Formats: sequence, C-alpha cells, structure tokens
Amino acid sequence: MRHEFTSSSSPADRRLNALIRHLATASIQSGTAVAFSPTSSFHGDSIFSHVVLAPEDPILGVTVAYNKDPSPVKLNLGVGAYRTEEGKPLVLNVVRKAEQMLLNDRARVKEYLPIVGIADFNKLSAKLILGADSPAIQENRVTTVQCLSGTGSLRVGAEFMARHYHQKTIYIPQPTWGNHPKIFTLAGLSVKTYRYYDPTTRGLNFQGLLEDLGSAPSGSIVLLHACAHNPTGVDPTLQQWEQIRQLMRSKALLPFFDSAYQGFASGSLDQDAQSVRMFVADSGECFVAQSYAKNMGLYGERVGALSVVCKTADVASRIESQLKLVIRPMFSNPPIHGASIVATILKDSNMFREWTIELKAMADRIISMRKQLFDALRTRGTPGDWSHIIKQIGMFTFTGLNSKQVEFMTREYNIYMTSDGRISMAGLSSKTVSHLADAIHAAVTRMP
Amino acid sequence: MDSVFAAIVQAPEDPILGVTVAYNKDQSPVKLNLGVGAYRTEEGKPLVLNVVRKAEQLLVNDQYRVKEYLPILGLAEFNKLSAKLILGDDSPAIQRNRVATAQCLSGTGSLRVGAEFLAKHYHEHTIYIPQPSWGNHLKVFTMAGLSVKTYSYYDPTTRGLNFRGLLEDLGAAPAGAVVLLHACAHNPTGVDPTVEQWEQIRKLIRSKGLLPFFDSAYQGFASGSLDADAQPVRMFVADGGECFIAQSYAKNMGLYGERVGALSIVCKAADVASRVESQLKLVIRPMYSNPPIHGASIASTILKNSDMYNEWKIELKAMADRIISMRKQLFDALTAKGTPGDWSHIIKQIGMFTFTGLNGDQVAFMTKEYHIYMTSDGRISMAGLSSGTVPHLADAIHAAVTRAS
Repeated sequence: MRHEFTSSSSPADRRLNALIRHLATASIQSGTAVAFSPTSSFHGDSIFSHVVLAPEDPILGVTVAYNKDPSPVKLNLGVGAYRTEEGKPLVLNVVRKAEQMLLNDRARVKEYLPIVGIADFNKLSAKLILGADSPAIQENRVTTVQCLSGTGSLRVGAEFMARHYHQKTIYIPQPTWGNHPKIFTLAGLSVKTYRYYDPTTRGLNFQGLLEDLGSAPSGSIVLLHACAHNPTGVDPTLQQWEQIRQLMRSKALLPFFDSAYQGFASGSLDQDAQSVRMFVADSGECFVAQSYAKNMGLYGERVGALSVVCKTADVASRIESQLKLVIRPMFSNPPIHGASIVATILKDSNMFREWTIELKAMADRIISMRKQLFDALRTRGTPGDWSHIIKQIGMFTFTGLNSKQVEFMTREYNIYMTSDGRISMAGLSSKTVSHLADAIHAAVTRMP
Repeated sequence: MDSVFAAIVQAPEDPILGVTVAYNKDQSPVKLNLGVGAYRTEEGKPLVLNVVRKAEQLLVNDQYRVKEYLPILGLAEFNKLSAKLILGDDSPAIQRNRVATAQCLSGTGSLRVGAEFLAKHYHEHTIYIPQPSWGNHLKVFTMAGLSVKTYSYYDPTTRGLNFRGLLEDLGAAPAGAVVLLHACAHNPTGVDPTVEQWEQIRKLIRSKGLLPFFDSAYQGFASGSLDADAQPVRMFVADGGECFIAQSYAKNMGLYGERVGALSIVCKAADVASRVESQLKLVIRPMYSNPPIHGASIASTILKNSDMYNEWKIELKAMADRIISMRKQLFDALTAKGTPGDWSHIIKQIGMFTFTGLNGDQVAFMTKEYHIYMTSDGRISMAGLSSGTVPHLADAIHAAVTRAS
C-alpha cells in the first residue's frame, strides 16, 4: 500500500512530509546528504574502528601455530583431540555404523527438535552418568537438556544459576580449563578459585582445596572435574572425594560437575562416574555437564547434556521449564545429528558394548603412551621425578615444564603444547615418544 | 532440607512451540497444525529436499571425513558461500574482504551472537524491532544485553504496511540505534515493503546513522528467487555502508533441526572486518566453543556444486510456489463462500505466514470447534496447508467471522 503525502493538517504529517522531501532531495544530489553518517556510504569511519584485534585463543592457537610449521617432525600436543597410533583423527566404528543407520532410514526427517532436545538422548545420558538404576532418575528428580557439548552445557547451566540461584559466585579449581572462567563470567556469575594443583608434588593440594572450599560462603557453586582433571590430569582419590563431598554438603555448597571424559580416563564408564554418583547418592542436589566429544569422538558434532539433580520431581519439572527460557533465546533448539548418533548407540545393547570396547582401546592407548614416555625419560636419565606422568590420568599431562622450556621445545624440536606445559597424550604415538623425550630432556638440561 | 530451587516458578510454554504441543494432544482426525513455520508437503508431511539427501549421502559415505572440532567461526567454505548467497557472487564488499562471517546456530544463534557482539562493542545498546515481530526476537536481544524498542510496522486496518508510522518511528530513533529489519517475508505478518519503500527506508536509516541488522530466514522461500529475496540487503550493502545479517538455512534448505546459519558483518574496511572477526570468536567460544559440523557441511556441499545448487533452486522454488498456490486457494475459497471482509491480504502477503486479522476469540473458536491450531495473534503457516485441507480452514474462518459474538 502506497501512502500519498499531500498537504495535511497534522504536525506529524508536516514533519513527515519535510522528511520525505529531504530524502527525495538527497537522492537527487546523488546521496551526498546521507554520505557523512557513520553507517553509510564509502566515506567516514567504521562504527567499529575502535575494535581491537582479539588475541588468539591460547589453546586453539597452538594448532594454528602448528599448522603453519613446515617441519616434517612437528608434533601437535595442543588440543585434546584423540589421535591414533598413526597420528590420525579417529571416527569410532560404532559411530560410523550408527550414522549409516540414520542415513539409510528414509523415514527420518530434519524437523526442529524440542527446545530441550531429543528425549531419548536426554534419558540415556542421565543414565550413563548417574547409573541405570539411579534412584534420582527413578524418582524423576533429574531434568536433562541436550546442549552443545560440554561448553554449551556449562553455559546453559551457568545462565540458569545466574538467573535463579541466590549465590552468584562459582569456585573453580586452580588451574582449570582456560575457557571455564569466560563461560561463567559471560553467563553472569562471578568467578573465584580454589587451590587444586600442587607444583611441588605435581599432585593434588588437598589441604589447600579443603581450606578454600571450607571458607567459601554457604551456598556457593563449586566446579568439580568429574574425572581426568584438565589440564593437570590430577584427580582426588575416592577417599578424598568422600571428604570433599562431606565438606561441601556441610557447607551447602552447590556442586557443578564437568564430565568431559567419562570412560576415557580409566577405560571404565562406571569408574569414571563415581565422583558424581557419590554426590547424587547422598540425595543432595547438583548440576552435571556431560560431553560426548571425546568418549564418542563426536567433537565437531557438539553433543552434550546438562543434568540438574533436584530434591523433588516437582522442582525438576519447574527447572526444566526455566531451562527452556535460557535455551530458546540462545539457539532455539539443539542440533539433531550428533545426539541422534549417541542415542542410537546408547539404546542398542550391542552397539553400547562395541562402544565400550572402542572407548577402552582409546583409554588404553593413552595409558600406554604415559608408560612409554615415562620409560623413555628414565632411560635418558632426565633429571627430576617424572612419575606424575603415569600417576596423572586422562588425556593431558601437566609436565611441570615452564613456559621458557615450552618455548624452547617448540623452537628447537617443533613440539607444540600450551604454554602451561600441558601436553595431550592423545597426540603421541610409539614412534613420536622418543622425539618428545629428547625434547624434554634437552629443555630440562639446557634451560633449567 | 528443601531444594535450593524450591522457589522456582513454572515457566509458561513458549507460545509458538506451545501450539504444536497442544496440537499433538488433540485426538481429532481433522486437526490442522498451522502453528510452527515448518514446511509441509501437499500430503502434510515434513520434507527433506532430494539435494539435501544427496549431499548427506556424499558426506557420510566419504570415509575420509572426520568429526574434528571446526574452527570457532565454523566451516570457512560455508561462511564464504553464505556471504555470497546473501550479498551476491560479485559483491564488492566480499571482494574487498570487508565482510566478517561466522557460522552460527541457524537464525536464532546468528542473532544472539550478533547482539552479544553489539552489546560488547557498540556504543548504542538499543535495538528497534518491528511491531509485531517474531516472538523470540525480544528475548534474544534482551538476553544478549540490548534494550528493545519497537517501530510501527503492521497496519491492522489495511493488513499491510504502516509506512508512515515506520518512517516516523525510525526517524525519531537516536542516531546510531540498531534497527532490526526482516529481509523478506516478514514474520508474522507476511507484509514486506516495496522496493521503492525499501529505498526510502535505506536513505532514512543512513541519514540518521542507524545500524541495520537484517534477519534473513526466508531467502528464496518468499518469492521463489534467491536474488529477488536478497534485494533489500543488497541495496544497503551497495551504498557502502555497514550492516549485520543473520542468515538461516532452516527453511530454504529444510535443515531445521541441523541448526545451520551464519552471521555476516559488513564493515567499512577489511582491517575492521578482520578485527571484528577476532572479537566474534570471544563471543562464541564461551557460548558453545565451535559450531556443529553436519548441517553446515550439507549446505556447503550444495552451494559449491553448480549442479546441486541448481537442483536446490528448483526444489526451493517448488516449495515457494506451493505456498503461493495455497494462498490463492484459500483466498478463492473465502471469496466463493462470500466470507465477509476483504481477504486480499492473503494473496498480497508473502512468505510462509499469513496474518489473518482474526482476533484471539476467533482463534480460540477455530481451535475448539474446528481443531485448527495457530498462534493467538491469528498467524497461520501457509506451509501447513494443502489443497485437501484448505476447505476445512475456509469453513473455520467463515464460521469464526460470521458467528454471533
């Protein structure tokens, strides 16, 4: 419908007519009247002239640097993505099988998932981490929503807490995955740390941990790595977990588990879930962020789940409704493909079994790499105690190398790792262990 | 001991998605879901495009393909092709590297990332959205940290554009304010400005230094032509100015649940685009680290292969044509029934939705008596209609409009 702007009595009309005339005139003058406004035309500065170049993500930046290196002996021990003995990425056989099944099912469509994702996937994920016979699940006290891998689950959980929980501070271990503080800060929480790693023992600073959690305000949120702590590989023992649990419950601290390596750490799904299950078994509440990136090799498909274990089914139900209000304005509903693969595998007992075998093979290879590296350093008589390499667990080893030594290893040996000395064992192979051992030996003896 | 969340209230069901929830509960064999905007075939079934199936087969059967993390900004090829799709193959902005593009989670994700970027880096934190707009827009921008105002858009008396009101409201906006523009097929009204009106809007926006943020969810789906549906966006980019564009492949490639989209920021200079891109990563990384690989790979496979691209255009046009045909059939049916009122807006409006002009009471009546489900604002999804169901809808509308209130 076209409006006719003839002379009219209202002031609004007159203003509008003046505006239209102005615009019409401007077009005659080849747009010069609009030329000097910031967002238009080829003249003038960008409205984002002031935006500074952001530094490269430190972890992902390692791979960027690695890719630029032309050396044939270069080694990428940066990102935590599994590599085979041949140094190649791995798509699990059972994943390929599941994907084929999905593809060949002509009845499958690509409709929007519900906001909370695939219902099957959610139920199966909760069972995976909490145990198939978990009373919390049987009592409907668990709400689970499909999210974008671990990061997405943490972010959705944190935004929910920032909105609905009375305590807006989360305590994270020192050190922790580099992305954790940013996730929580952007979600609206404030971040504090608790002591975790002891550089002198290259193990857990248990005393410091208990002290710091002990002095946290009641109700504070506490981030716990369910297993295979990233970046250190240092996990509490079961007895230590029990003490942590008692302390946290006595202070009403709210646990938020980050479970990114279930099955990948020890090779056993149940064992790696023990810390989480201990907390759930005491009937208390907690949040759990699960990722299938590593244990199913689904990295780029972004598959994960956030579970909230509550006191009652009624609370769980209300929380689910509120989680939708966090998710809908973020990405509306989660991606269908990866979660469908997971659901297919988890619900078929043969495929589940195949998965556990392939998963254990990955975990075993990493444990073997640890042993080989430890042996290689001992053979070289490299100064220092390197037993932490075989004591630490999971994908990463916190070598204890300082940033100068790391830099040296990159420069002289083309070995890439994060500057905190964290190496991904998954990036090693029997063939490359000696190169790494040589590099560590050189770094430690020449740059102490 | 009580739950620490004992005080949490039950959130209301999402109004749009809640329609399908209610529909699913209905036992009637004649029920009709005209709620969510997802395409349905003449048989009332969801559709996976042939070219999409083909692309997916290629990908899954390629045993060299892996599932490694994508870069934070997503699949580079997908990003380039998406920018070309909306801006044109020969766009000078692209040639001069003035466009920063990030793969995001469909339209919603692209809007959210763009809005969070603006909240962090732009001096104006107000965004003007049309009245009405898609129900989720308000929440996306608010959660991102922007404050939301509206500009006049829909005229209920004409069931068309309130152009005067639009110009007034945008004219009164503070310099630099962000303005959300539906690139085509306005949701929920189906009312689009003419090309001439777009030109006036462009001039006004540029003269006031307002920042355009396009939501492009229906490119190719509205008129059947990818280029025609991209015109408003290209007009703004052609003047050398800056803008944001959120693209979705949910509807035009039928990739709904795969969550495929892209955010493009057209900047004055390549250097700025490069810095903007680096800052986009800092928004994305703490949100979900990197985007999902599958859907974007499908889109990319299609866009870069000229045969598949042509197949896609044909299937896309077929969907658009079917919707246009439904509009005609519904209009004809109401005319044949002599239903009171002017129903020409049904064929004038464009895209997946028609803003019928029915009020909340009439909508409730149609749901109760005729098992027809739509959002309470009277918006119906034409994609949910078929030749077989048009008469049922026409009956329902006729009854709703003629019954004694």
